[in-house]
Amino acid sequence: MAKKKVLAAEGADIQEAVVIEKPESRFKAMWDTLKKNKAALFGLFVIIILVIIAIIGPYITPYNPNKQIMNDAFQGPSANHWFGTDNLGRDIFSRIIVGTRVSLFVGVAAVAFSLLIGTVLGSIAGYFGGKIDAVIMRIMDIMLSIPSILLAITLMAALGKGIDKAIIAIGVVSIPEYARIIRSSILSTKENDYVAAAKVLGNSDGRIIFHHIIPNVVSSIVVRATLGISTAILDTAALGFLGLGVQPPTAEWGDMLGRVRSMVLVHPYMLIFPGLAITLAVLAFNLFGDGLRDALDPKSRS
Amino acid sequence: MDKREVLLEVQNLSKFFTVNTSFFGRPIDVLKAVDNVSFKIYKGEAFGLVGESGCGKSTIGKMLVNLYTPTSGKIIYDGVELTALKQKERRKYCKEIQLIFQDPYASLNPKMTIGDIIAEPILINKILPKNEVEKRVNYLLDCVGLANHQRNRYPHEFSGGQRQRVGIARALAVNPKLIVCDEPVSALDVSIQAQVLNLLDDLKDEFGLTYLFIAHGLNVVKHISDRVGVMYLGKLMEVADKNELYNHPLNPYTQALLSAIPSVDITHKKERIILKGDVPTPINPPDGCRFASRCFRANDKCTEHCPELKDIANGHFVACDFCGEINTERRIILENKQT
Repeated sequence: MAKKKVLAAEGADIQEAVVIEKPESRFKAMWDTLKKNKAALFGLFVIIILVIIAIIGPYITPYNPNKQIMNDAFQGPSANHWFGTDNLGRDIFSRIIVGTRVSLFVGVAAVAFSLLIGTVLGSIAGYFGGKIDAVIMRIMDIMLSIPSILLAITLMAALGKGIDKAIIAIGVVSIPEYARIIRSSILSTKENDYVAAAKVLGNSDGRIIFHHIIPNVVSSIVVRATLGISTAILDTAALGFLGLGVQPPTAEWGDMLGRVRSMVLVHPYMLIFPGLAITLAVLAFNLFGDGLRDALDPKSRS
Repeated sequence: MDKREVLLEVQNLSKFFTVNTSFFGRPIDVLKAVDNVSFKIYKGEAFGLVGESGCGKSTIGKMLVNLYTPTSGKIIYDGVELTALKQKERRKYCKEIQLIFQDPYASLNPKMTIGDIIAEPILINKILPKNEVEKRVNYLLDCVGLANHQRNRYPHEFSGGQRQRVGIARALAVNPKLIVCDEPVSALDVSIQAQVLNLLDDLKDEFGLTYLFIAHGLNVVKHISDRVGVMYLGKLMEVADKNELYNHPLNPYTQALLSAIPSVDITHKKERIILKGDVPTPINPPDGCRFASRCFRANDKCTEHCPELKDIANGHFVACDFCGEINTERRIILENKQT
C-alpha cells in the first residue's frame, strides 16, 4: 500500500483535508511486473549469485587457482576436484570461480564504456540530424563494416594485452550498435508532441534530450545494455580464447577454453565446465534483459 | 479606425518546404504550406482559423510558437518583431505564446506525473520560487477542473478529455498572453468537446487570454471565435467578424465551405454548393488564385492574377477579384448599417 500523506488544502472552496496520493515508486512498479516473470527471476537469481561469487570468489576457492600441481594433472571430476584439473594440475572449479570476476567486470565495464559514448553520439545524431547525423552515422557504418572480432583483435594489438585494454577494445567495437539503437529511438521519440511542447515551454536542447527523450527510450537502452553484457562476456571469452585477454596465469573462462582446446576429445570436462559457466552467465543476462523490457514499459503495467 | 489593441500581427508570412532538391542542392519541388499571409489578432479576442487539412493553418501556429522558422515575413508580437530576433532572444518570448496540441495522447510525456508536467515550465522559466510551485500547480489543476490529488498520476491513467485539460494547465503555467489552440478538440468525443470548449472560454476571461483557434470544424470555430479567417492552400481567403462571415460570406470558397454545414431547419433549405475536383497539391502551385481551378465563378483572369486580401468594409477582408460586384452591394449594406 502506498503511504498516504494528508495535507490541509488551501483555498476557501475546499475545506476538507485532501488525501494526496503518493506516487507509486517506479522501481516498485517495475519489480511487481518482473516478479511475475519466472524466467527473468531465474536470470536475476543467477546474476546475483555470479556477482556474489565475483566479489568473494577469490577467498573461498578450495585450491589456489594458479598453483600448478603436476601430479594432479588430467584428473576427471571427483570429490576432491569437483570439475577436475587441467593439463597443469590446476583445480578447474577454483579457476572458474576466480574467472567470474574478470568476465563480469569486463562485461559490465565494456558495456558502460560503449553505452556512454554510444548514447552521446546517438543522441546528437538523432536529435540534431542533418550533417552532424550524416558524419556520425557514416563513421559508425565504417566501424560496423569491419568484423567486430577482427576490430577488437586489431585494437588489442594496438593497445597491448591486459584487462583494461580488453574493456576498451570490446567497448569500442559495440559503440555503433548503441549509437544506432539510441539514434533510432530518439528519431521516433522526438516527433512526439510532448517534445514539441517542451520546446515551446522553453526547455534547452540538452534538457529536452536528457529529461524528455532519454527517459522515454531508457527501457530500450537498459534492455539493450543488459543483453549487451552477455555479448561482452562472449567477446571477452573470445579474446581470451585467442590468447589476447588476460595475462596468464590469471584465470579467465575463454582463456581456459583456448589453452586446452586440443584436448577436447580426450578430456572433454576441461572445456565443458568453463563453457557451461559462459553459457550460464550469458543466458542469465539474456533472460533478465528480456524480463526488464517487459517491466520497463509503463503501458504494459496494469 | 480601430480602437482595439493589436497583440499579434503577422505580415506576409510564408513557409516553404523543399520537397525535392536537384543533385547540386537547388530546390526543384517547393511545398508552399503558407504563402504570404497577413492578419492581426487583437488583445482579448479569439481569432479562429479554418480550412481543410493541409491548408497550412497548423503551420502558422507552429511558426508563432517557434517550432518552425518562417521562410519570409514578419511576426510582430506586442510591438516586438519576433522574426528579427536571434534564437536566444526569441526563446524569451516562448512563454508569452503557448500552444495547446491536437493530440492529448502524444502531447504529454508518459514518464512524468501530471504534477511534474505542469510544474516543469514554471521551474525552468523561473516564474515562481520553488516552494510556491506546488501551490500554483494545485491552483492550475483546479482551474482546468482536475482534482489536485491526481497530481501524482501518470498521463496514461487519464482519459483524452482529462489529458487535454492537463495540456491546457501546462500551457497556462507560464502565464502566456496568447495561446495557439491547434485543433484542441478534434481528437475528443463530441460530448467532451463541448466541455473543453467551455473550459477554454472560461479561462479566456479568467486569465485575460487571447486565442488563435485553429480548427477544421466550422461549428467549433463559430462557438468560440470572435473573428474568423478562412484558409485555402496556404492563402488566407477571407477574414471577418464571426457573424459577418457566417451570414455574408463573400469569397466563393467560404460560400462553398459554409454551404456544407448541415442545417436542422427544414423550412429553410440551403443551397449546397458542390465543388468539382480535388484540392490541388500545394507543391509548386500556379501563380493565379489558388482556388481558381475549382471556383464556380472563376474566369481566365483568375488563373493569371493572384488576388490580394483587401478590406472591403468594416474589417471584412476578402481575397477575390471577381466578386467585386457582390462586394459593392455588401459595402453599401454595411455602410448603411454603420450610419
